[in-house]
Amino acid sequence: MPSPDLLGRRLLFFTGKGGVGKSTITAAMALLAAEHGKRVLVIEVDAKGNITDRFESRPVGFSPREVYPGVFALAMDTEASLREYLKLNLRVPIVGRLGPLARVLDFVATAAPGVKEVLTIGKVCWEVREALEGRADWDLVVVDAAATGHIISQLGAPEAIRELVAVGPVRSQTEWMTDILDDPALTALNVVATPEEMPVEETIDLVGRAREEIDVPLGAVIVNRVLPELFTHADEEAFDALCEPGPAEVLSGRAGSGVTAVIDGARLAVSLRRTRATHLSRLRNEVDLPMLYVPYLFSRTHGLRETRMVAEALSNELGL
Amino acid sequence: MTTSSLESLLAAKEIVVCCGSGGVGKTTIAAAAALGAASRLGGKVLVLTIDPAKRLADALGLEGIGNIEKKVPAEAFKAAGLEVRGELWAAMLDTKQSWDALVLRHAPDEETAYRILDNRMYENITARFVQSHDYIAMERLFEIHETGRFDLIVIDTPPTRNALDFLDAPKRMAEFFGGRLLRWLTMPYRVGGRRGARMINVASRPFYQMADRLLGSQFLQDISEFFLNFQSMYGGFVDRANAVERLLHDRRTTFAVVTTLESAPLHEAEFFCDQLMRRDYHLGALILNRTLPRYLLSSEGDRAAEILCGEAGPLGAQLAETGAEALADPARDARVLKTIGESFQNFAVVAKREAELRAELSRVPEVLADVPALDSDVGDITGLALIANSLFPSTSARRPG
Repeated sequence: MPSPDLLGRRLLFFTGKGGVGKSTITAAMALLAAEHGKRVLVIEVDAKGNITDRFESRPVGFSPREVYPGVFALAMDTEASLREYLKLNLRVPIVGRLGPLARVLDFVATAAPGVKEVLTIGKVCWEVREALEGRADWDLVVVDAAATGHIISQLGAPEAIRELVAVGPVRSQTEWMTDILDDPALTALNVVATPEEMPVEETIDLVGRAREEIDVPLGAVIVNRVLPELFTHADEEAFDALCEPGPAEVLSGRAGSGVTAVIDGARLAVSLRRTRATHLSRLRNEVDLPMLYVPYLFSRTHGLRETRMVAEALSNELGL
Repeated sequence: MTTSSLESLLAAKEIVVCCGSGGVGKTTIAAAAALGAASRLGGKVLVLTIDPAKRLADALGLEGIGNIEKKVPAEAFKAAGLEVRGELWAAMLDTKQSWDALVLRHAPDEETAYRILDNRMYENITARFVQSHDYIAMERLFEIHETGRFDLIVIDTPPTRNALDFLDAPKRMAEFFGGRLLRWLTMPYRVGGRRGARMINVASRPFYQMADRLLGSQFLQDISEFFLNFQSMYGGFVDRANAVERLLHDRRTTFAVVTTLESAPLHEAEFFCDQLMRRDYHLGALILNRTLPRYLLSSEGDRAAEILCGEAGPLGAQLAETGAEALADPARDARVLKTIGESFQNFAVVAKREAELRAELSRVPEVLADVPALDSDVGDITGLALIANSLFPSTSARRPG
């Protein structure tokens, strides 16, 4: 399958099961785009507020701040999003008074289905629209989106609102959102997975549900933390042979008793890789999307250096 | 450092809540702990899981049974060569079914119950209202515990943004039902009719104006109707949520935080531990899952890896002379030696990082358990038994009989 032109879009969502490295991949994609001369806005939706760690920058709030040359970040805040929405769209004259507003928010957040989601997705789409219409200069908006369990209802929120709300400004406000979300030239939903059982199952499930339930175009599956293949078939035969007592003695005669640990370590590496390979092939068989592979990083690094290494891997995979 | 064992902890408790961030293996640990307790301590042990991997669900016999607790058949243990003194039961959480049951229980009469169940808002709210999963999990736990059918219940917590959200869920649910908000939402109905408009509380006017502008009045009316019905369950619901809250704080309940030795999950785990203690929950255990073997830390291993890489050529030639057919090609042998040397060095880096993180652990509860990385995924009873052995090290070392 050809590499997908992810950097040519304007809006990229990254979802995935918790713990697979969604934020790292999102940050790396932003960094990669910035290094290709784009002005990028990163939106952290599942606001733990720490995507900026990936750029070794302090946490951000609802207003974007540059965290790396060309990369701006903001953390989603549905209350702030509502305030902005009211100010911009309805000219509701109570912006300063938080009391009633907070209660409305309480209402929308806890009770009305989909409204919290639509405030989130609305802010994302709004930034893209501002850029498309020349009022903001983002070349690309990347979203560290909700996890697999929640992303469909988030992306489907504008549609769901339309089904529930017959008239009113909220209804009409959702139409331009779906125009952006459903346009394959603009938007792609990408899934991050690791070659493990649950992340693979959730990815397969999500891709199926996305096709069935929403019209947001799918981009790529990013397979993170792929362990290297140690041996070819012939090399593995040699490895098995050198584990036998005779050859192993030759090795420990020179390299000492630690040879046992090295051999055990290699066996562990081979079996870990093998288990993951079965999950990976299941993923390949079940999902017909371009796959981008990011190797497991054995390095001790975190923060920006790790983000750079992942960006480089993505760059290779995208053929850039 | 820690004196107690997981075994004595489980022997003393009736409920174990497993929590931790996504992807650390909570579900598997919960199932293994339940199996370990059933086999070593005896009695009836239930594992209540939220979203098990398919193979694990199959292994526990959970396929397609939803909310009903089911006994794992003794043959499954026999096939795995296990002797289990007690009984292991398993159940999955079906959020929708649990909500329906809750409505049927708390609604004043059947007619109201079905008016709620048939309302189109209902499904939306129970399915989309993310926090409802948290609440329903705790509610189910309470319900099963109340029956007194099990000696021990091990529950796996739902994946949430903040893995501790479920702790607040009962309180939030009670607040929601007791709050002014719900009264406002149901206002147009309660004061409906001729005198309606004038009776609307002054305080609610800005709220309605705004909600009306945002959502349109039809939507508002739909939702009001729904909440009006829903509110009829108020008393039962609030009592129940408070009881759930009390149960989580009860002496019979303990929490086990599960994590891997990676920095992000571990930091989150430490945060959970801290929060649990601060809120007076009983933090019983910290379980380190999928840790790498200690031999990766040995300095002999380091040295050997360095020599195998550095002297791969001459060593390869020596191996070729041993006469083993598969080692006849010295260039291949050298390549293999270099590969395994480098692979050791790679994994040693990760193992050292784990060791550092372990040393940095600041708050350690009574029990600290270590579960080594297994070669393959856990998808059957045998795999669970292997993990149970790591969780209960003292007894696994004890000779049978």
